[in-house]
Amino acid sequence: MIETVFTPFQSLGGGALIGLASVLLMATLGRVMGATGILAGLLQPANLSDWSWRAAVLGGMISGPIAVLLITGQLPAVQVPVSTTMLVVGGFIVGLGVTFGSGCTSGHGVCGMARLSPRSIAATLTFMLTTGMTVFVVRHILGA
Amino acid sequence: MRILTSYLIGLIFGVGISISGMANPAKVLNFFDVAGTWDPSLAFVMGGALVVTFMGYRYILKRPAPFLSPGFQLPTRRDLDLPLIGGSAVFGVGWGIAGFCPGGALPALGTGRTDVLVFVAALLSGIIAAKLLQAAITNRAQAQA
Repeated sequence: MIETVFTPFQSLGGGALIGLASVLLMATLGRVMGATGILAGLLQPANLSDWSWRAAVLGGMISGPIAVLLITGQLPAVQVPVSTTMLVVGGFIVGLGVTFGSGCTSGHGVCGMARLSPRSIAATLTFMLTTGMTVFVVRHILGA
Repeated sequence: MRILTSYLIGLIFGVGISISGMANPAKVLNFFDVAGTWDPSLAFVMGGALVVTFMGYRYILKRPAPFLSPGFQLPTRRDLDLPLIGGSAVFGVGWGIAGFCPGGALPALGTGRTDVLVFVAALLSGIIAAKLLQAAITNRAQAQA
């Protein structure tokens, strides 16, 4: 476990930018800013124009840390307190879950909740609960 | 125009994720670790994102159409079913194990770290496996019908 510093202002500001991106994508392309949906659509695009906007959003996302580096002089902190096995197992399980659940933190947790969608509210409550339970089991029962 | 706009929107999202702490598994896992090294920052990320999106959507969705597209593409279903709840529950287990969610990991790729790449490769494998499973379930349902 790694102690992290409480950052209310950066987190609020970063959250507001995530919200701004969600509003702008709806205002321009009329689409939900969901990482799962955008990624899944890249694997099974309807046509070239559908593929290209998704690829452009992904390219922009990946440029985010580089923009932060150019502005602040350092890359954003990425600290991984879990083993490679846990990254692989966790990543695969996340992929299964978000596909069957039709969304993740950005799609359900931000865009769907903001529309007061009952499905997104239920999905968000469910995954927040199971994430918390999993962290408790992994850290305090299994002691990993 | 659509490409440039999409890129800039992705960039705003990526910068937001980066400074918010969502791209940092240590911070994400600590948010959920109320019984241990608790860091409440992520509540502020969700709060900030939700307030802006809620207000922005209310204004935008009153318009007849988006600026660069013929119509809004919004999910219309309102029913709760097993794939939604079960899938979301499974997602949470994976998120709790790895500490990355898809929206946190994709921008984190820009740091060039190998461990992010490992997570995203596993995530893509999981998405493809689920798509194949969904197709198999649909085929079976059709064969029985």
